[in-house]
Amino acid sequence: MPGFLSPLIEPGFFSNLPVQTALVVGGVVAVVSGIVGTFTVMRGQSFAGHSLADIGTAGGSAAFVLGISPLFGYVAMNLMAAGVMEWIGIRRPRGRDLATGIVLGAALGLAALFLYLDTTASSTTGATVNVLFGSIFTLPASMVPFIAIFSVVAAGIVLVMYRPLILTSISADLAIAQGIRVRLVGIGYLVALALAVSLSAVTIGAILSTALLIGPAATALRITNRTGRAAVIAAGIGVTATWLGVLLAYDSYYWFPNGGGWPVSFFVVTLIFLGYLVSQLRFSGRAVAQRRSSAAQAP
Amino acid sequence: MPQRITLDPDMPLRARDLVGLGIDGQRFGLPLPSTTRRKQVDDMLEAVDATRFAESRVGNLSGGEQQRILIAHALISRPRLLLLDEPLANLDLGSEQEVVDLLARIAREQRIAVLISTHDMNPLLPVMDRIVYIANGRIATGTTAEVVSSESLTKLYGVHVDVIHVHDRILVVAGRREEALQHGDTESIVELV
Repeated sequence: MPGFLSPLIEPGFFSNLPVQTALVVGGVVAVVSGIVGTFTVMRGQSFAGHSLADIGTAGGSAAFVLGISPLFGYVAMNLMAAGVMEWIGIRRPRGRDLATGIVLGAALGLAALFLYLDTTASSTTGATVNVLFGSIFTLPASMVPFIAIFSVVAAGIVLVMYRPLILTSISADLAIAQGIRVRLVGIGYLVALALAVSLSAVTIGAILSTALLIGPAATALRITNRTGRAAVIAAGIGVTATWLGVLLAYDSYYWFPNGGGWPVSFFVVTLIFLGYLVSQLRFSGRAVAQRRSSAAQAP
Repeated sequence: MPQRITLDPDMPLRARDLVGLGIDGQRFGLPLPSTTRRKQVDDMLEAVDATRFAESRVGNLSGGEQQRILIAHALISRPRLLLLDEPLANLDLGSEQEVVDLLARIAREQRIAVLISTHDMNPLLPVMDRIVYIANGRIATGTTAEVVSSESLTKLYGVHVDVIHVHDRILVVAGRREEALQHGDTESIVELV
């Protein structure tokens, strides 16, 4: 390691096994979230994404009660919730937000029950912290293959449906006119979204997982005019924030107040938010300037 | 082409990308860069006079520019018939005229039948060949000259209608009894061949 980095990187960072797992898993999950998140923002489904994240809390805490990995709880619960949202949303085309809200309320009630059972059964707050704020440093190696499979499926769905997804995001009517089965694309997309939210719930926690999904994508959409590039930039921002977050969390072991370290999800979410703020200031200024100059050129 | 598509300014999509999706937007998998495809898109952008703003974000274009891009998107798959639902809705007078001229040129140059539904046929009168006029549950069909006359329109609406010729242009104006006109939903389908 170059000497000038030593004040930034505490000794033992790269040789620490939990850190290595965290960097690999966090990186993969950030890439998936960036790709899927770009379409979440384009399709205006940020609310659905956030609701899936909250609903996943119920699944994750239920998994603890059953003694299995929370990842399976998130995936099962999110897929189910996505199915219910789709079903209600189709029957009442304008009721999508309403349907999401109703499912969300019911699921959070379940989460309250399961988290209560978790804490009373084990008399620790471990399960609660794990579900709400993630478990990137305590992931068992046995979960890595499952994370890899879910990642490939989520990113794969979006990449395979890339062009139909863009067209349906622009306008359902336009997509139908071109022979696209809009409902099928919508269902496929919700599956990818449910998986992406579950994966980021594992790394930065169920209630924060939308930050990784929406934040980098919203920033990327301001930076570039091209869909593919936006997805790549969003993935890059997510990976950068996650890796820096892991590093800072590792460093924070010696920080205020008593050597317990700060949670990695705090750093990741804060870094993503700062990135968005910078892009807002920088690129909204540029867009205005561009609009003015093109207005001046017009005959 | 569907009526009134609102293109979101936040959508990271250039005008040229939207036109390209007209070729293969329904396909699965990632698009591969191809010089023939690029040439095809360039030619289409040229044909609708959109080369100037090809690299701009579609959501930031004016209504008339967006309409031209959407027409290019529909045309690039080389259809024999172009169906447009209210393509002039929500356009200012200048953009309206541009879109009308473009549609007339495409119909003639590319030998495509263009079928348009519209509530206001005035801007289309100079270019349309045949018309299906629907009003009060009745239909009048024929060439523009046959249908767009005071007698035939008055008969169709049951309200006095004037067809006025000004500066080589024809204007259709409803006369008295405005009440009756408001109740009859009218729609005309215009065909350019």
